[in-house]
Amino acid sequence: MTNPKPYEQGYFPPVPTSATRFWRTNLLWQVWRLLRINMKMVRVIRASHR
Amino acid sequence: MARLLILGAGVAGHTAASFAQRWLGKKHEVVVVSPNSMYNWIPSNIWVGVGRMKPEKVVVELAPIYRKAGIDFRQARCLSIHPEGGESGGQPYVTVECTDPARRGEREEIAYDYLVNATGPKLNFGATEGLGPEGNSLSVCTYGHAEAAARAFEESIQRMERGEHQEIVIGTGHGMCTCQGAAFEYLFNVEQELRRRGVRDKATLHWLSNEYEAGDFGMGGMHLKRGGYVTHSKVFTESLLAERGVNWHLRAHTTAVEPHKVHYETLDGENHELPFDFTMLIPPFAGVGLQAYDRKGAEITERLFNPGGFMWVDGDYQAKPFEQWEASDWPRTYQNPHYPNIFAAGIAFAPPHPVSKPMKSVNGTPIFPTPPRTGMPSAMIGKAVVASIRDMLNRGATEPTHTASMAEMGAACVASAGTGLFNGTAASMTVYPIVPDFKKYPEYGRDLNLTFGELGLAGHWIKYILHVMFLYKARQRFGWSMIPE
Repeated sequence: MTNPKPYEQGYFPPVPTSATRFWRTNLLWQVWRLLRINMKMVRVIRASHR
Repeated sequence: MARLLILGAGVAGHTAASFAQRWLGKKHEVVVVSPNSMYNWIPSNIWVGVGRMKPEKVVVELAPIYRKAGIDFRQARCLSIHPEGGESGGQPYVTVECTDPARRGEREEIAYDYLVNATGPKLNFGATEGLGPEGNSLSVCTYGHAEAAARAFEESIQRMERGEHQEIVIGTGHGMCTCQGAAFEYLFNVEQELRRRGVRDKATLHWLSNEYEAGDFGMGGMHLKRGGYVTHSKVFTESLLAERGVNWHLRAHTTAVEPHKVHYETLDGENHELPFDFTMLIPPFAGVGLQAYDRKGAEITERLFNPGGFMWVDGDYQAKPFEQWEASDWPRTYQNPHYPNIFAAGIAFAPPHPVSKPMKSVNGTPIFPTPPRTGMPSAMIGKAVVASIRDMLNRGATEPTHTASMAEMGAACVASAGTGLFNGTAASMTVYPIVPDFKKYPEYGRDLNLTFGELGLAGHWIKYILHVMFLYKARQRFGWSMIPE
């Protein structure tokens, strides 16, 4: 897999920086995100079950 | 004592049956008819399809669960509905054909007082020439299909390990497919598995989809607040495709699948082809093809089902242009307008129209996603329908008492982008409501405080937790009814 060349399809969308990719799998941060995402999902589930 | 008959034991049917037995079991009889002996937790099939999960981990045998719960389970395929009864009497009934190996092919009639049609989809591989496991492409729609896909994928990896290059095409096998999410998950699980096996540089991956823009998923996509902007899911989806080095081909109707070549037409009327060594293409869905007859035996299928085989319910089916669609078009009670003791749940109900804007190519070929109604909405509809029937039977209600409109409910969805306890990722998403309501939310049709998305390891953990939790619920273990749909 190589980097997209200018004007190729994959050249235009935003791509994550190395820092973004790091935080995506950082255990401590992801435990926190697990809690936050669950809270958001519970809000949606509660709104749907009204 | 009344008899509630539920056709189907998938997400909608099994949820309906479980709650029906809990709420009605002592006073009334609950009968489930399903051609399958197993309940399949379909969202995990993508892990079976890349060989990272055994098929037996995504299924539960239905007969022991129903026996323990006191539900009468018939392993059979429903053939026809007789909502007015027959010449011998006015008791409504269905005819079924047994699929249980011990009685295969035997037919019987099952009378009912209330009927819930939760038959799910027919996987309509026949809509595209050469599509499907019996043709030239693979599928992950059933655990058996996913197992076959895993075998083919392993062969493809072995070729790469021998130095061969492989073209991999994953996506939709027809211009009017739904369930893009499953194909999308499979694409990224394949990509991650190739990296894990050290052969990513030997493969070119292609995403082939009937969506107008990436990230539509049959819901017209969704807008999210992120990084100080309100951004469409197209941006995040293309970002992931670019990050993982996947080429994408959108607005595509697959016209044929030859042994090593996919042919497709795009909205601009052009015809294209993609060579492949390995391809998994989702089929379009149709109704399962039930027939209906009146008391005299005359066919009345069109009174119960639309031309696609999906059951008419309480939606507004008047044809109107996209600009005039409203949230109120969507069904709320799922009761058939002609027969008030018949309901539909899950994929079996006829949606009033798509959610994504209908598009036609310059050649007149419709190319747009049809509306999703799997997972959380399916289960919620199944539960609401049974709650209404409970109130009609036990409390004398004359109208359905519970609603589950897809324009009034949200959905939580987790799309796997690769498995692994420490290096897996998944997109965790919520939308509220599923069907945009531009009257209530004029800007984007949805509540932006309840609509969000995020990619990360936590999403993978959630997807795995859901896998464990919903199979636990399906087994009706202690406290199952406390787990939300």
